[in-house]
Amino acid sequence: MPMQIGEKNFKNRVEKGLGDDFMRGAVKSAQSRLQNNRKLAAEDLGDWEDWRTLGQEIRQHTIENLDYYLNELSENVAELGGHVYFAETAEEANKYIQDVAKKKDAKKIAKSKSMVTEEISMNDALEDIGCEVIETDLGEYILQIDDHDPPSHIVAPALHKNKEQIRDVFKERLGYQNSELPEELALFAREKLREEFLQADIGITGCNFAVANSGSFALVTNEGNARMVTSLPKTQITVMGMERIVPGWEELDIVVSLLTRAAVGQKLTSYITALTGPKKEEEGDGPEEFHLVIVDNGRSKILGTEFQEALHCIRCAACINVCPVYRHVGGHAYGSIYPGPIGAVLSPLLGDDEEYKELPYASSLCGACTEVCPVKIPLHEQLIMHRRNMMEEREMGNLAEKITMQGFGVLTGSSSLYKIATKMAPFVATPFIHDGSISKGPGPMKGWTGIRDMPAPSKERFRDWYKKRKAGK
Amino acid sequence: MKVSLFITCLGDIFYVNAGKAAVELLERLGCEVDFPASQTCCGQPAYNSGYHTQTKRSAKNMIEAFENADYVVGLSGSCAYMVHEYPHLFENEPEWKQKAEILKKKTFEFTQFITDVLKISDVEATFKAKATYHTSCHMTRLLGVKDSPYTLLKNVKGLELFDLPHKEDCCGFGGTFSVKMNRISEQMVDEKVMHIESTDADVLIGADAGCLMNIGGRIERQDKPIQVFHIAEILNSRGEV
Repeated sequence: MPMQIGEKNFKNRVEKGLGDDFMRGAVKSAQSRLQNNRKLAAEDLGDWEDWRTLGQEIRQHTIENLDYYLNELSENVAELGGHVYFAETAEEANKYIQDVAKKKDAKKIAKSKSMVTEEISMNDALEDIGCEVIETDLGEYILQIDDHDPPSHIVAPALHKNKEQIRDVFKERLGYQNSELPEELALFAREKLREEFLQADIGITGCNFAVANSGSFALVTNEGNARMVTSLPKTQITVMGMERIVPGWEELDIVVSLLTRAAVGQKLTSYITALTGPKKEEEGDGPEEFHLVIVDNGRSKILGTEFQEALHCIRCAACINVCPVYRHVGGHAYGSIYPGPIGAVLSPLLGDDEEYKELPYASSLCGACTEVCPVKIPLHEQLIMHRRNMMEEREMGNLAEKITMQGFGVLTGSSSLYKIATKMAPFVATPFIHDGSISKGPGPMKGWTGIRDMPAPSKERFRDWYKKRKAGK
Repeated sequence: MKVSLFITCLGDIFYVNAGKAAVELLERLGCEVDFPASQTCCGQPAYNSGYHTQTKRSAKNMIEAFENADYVVGLSGSCAYMVHEYPHLFENEPEWKQKAEILKKKTFEFTQFITDVLKISDVEATFKAKATYHTSCHMTRLLGVKDSPYTLLKNVKGLELFDLPHKEDCCGFGGTFSVKMNRISEQMVDEKVMHIESTDADVLIGADAGCLMNIGGRIERQDKPIQVFHIAEILNSRGEV
């Protein structure tokens, strides 16, 4: 499974995350900065809730009419002289991209940040045919030179590393000799990357949003590297998830405003690059050849289901930045290149749900994600839907839990049985009660008492007190 | 005004004092308090675990238990919210969905009922303590009750209320999450306890029994000198504690 990262066992991944103090410190401070910035940017806009509603409407309309807009986009790209390829699977997408690279006899490929290329493991496919792929986004670059450490966040891929660790990576791998000051680190990477841009045969980008009615592609960055990727190499390939599209420029304006504010708390990022087709004769720069690869890879299966809203996602990571579970375990614990709440919704849909069966449960359903989502995806509700499908339709739960839940249904569905059970509770619990509370519970209660005490069931239930009181009146 | 108390399973079994306090206070505020004895649990543990067929059994029982109620007042924000989810649960059963809609309309969380229905912001309570209040996720984000507890607590004489840093963060309860993912839950509750300790409060107040059981249980495990109360106990207090 290309999306899969790290080791297979969920519990081990969680323990690894919980035990990594450096990572946890880095994630915590990044989360607090990003949360604060997002809040300020939303307040600054004034009517944030109206903007969210607008964003939701645009995404809903676009996804409901996805076939129409993809068709319009393809026609416009073709008319501009670009090549359009629709890949149903990751393999098809990679095969097409490999073929372009072979035809161009490409040795070096510069790429800007793109989650969909991570999803399909495009770099591996290109390296398999002997190409050298250079990540030019600073975060991705750091991870690439650090033995291909996988991204832990969809916007800030190296969020799990602090600046001292980055300095050490540069030192060990590239002979860097300066300090951990971000300015010095960035300058060093910039000098290295400039050389690569000039030598690259092909530039590959992802796509924040395709604009259907003009056949354009918008790339949202703070480093300007995506602009270099699209202006220097002679051939450009843009890879997009099939849902990353807006009808026109007005809609683009709104979703980009939501994206930059929700993602990093900026009114706009430093660069918002829009590209339309290959270089025309009268133009000074840009690629001579342009390829668009539209990737399905499981997305069309989500259309028309109760998970359709997951396709509304604009990949801002606001949900990840507020998630308390993500804060403690970090991105790698999710085992998917899509971590956090949106990752817990998407990974079982795009990948193998057996492989990601724990993810929908890795949430306290606190709803912080749903509250910040700029296009109002009901993330915590989608997690509950996953749980229901897994337990009731696919019966992926364990037998003990299933029996417990059936017992729960019987007891709470019948007031007489419920009354007997709650009456018995204090007596059943007696052997475990010390000083009014239970600190070592039996069986399934261990999960609770392993970390906290449990109050002893009251000998007189509320209902007993009420009955007595009423009789005495 | 006739009020039917929705005690919640945790309230019935563990937090009996909160229930007593709620009855006394509501009566003092002029309500006639009824307790429909056939009520059980709202079904949330099964719902959040993905067992919706089982949840429907709890929900149907609850709908019937409160069929004749004018107002249903729940002692936990999260459980009141679960009742608000019933129409959703019965999406494909029109008859039950309709009944669920009726129950939803008349179901309120305890403090919400006092401020929004009774229109009372000062219950004339006295409670001498330095305290902080834990805002529960379901109550604030999903049920939408944000201000009511503060409105009421601010008018409690003798109560010095400290703002809880990062109050919007989840305490790590999450129902079965606290057991299934207890290692992650532990980190979350520890963070919450740390934030509580960073205030000068020695009393923690909450309006959701689940959160209180989680935070209180961790406080007790670690022997911290912090007392935990349900908000009904504070609002019913006349300074006797």
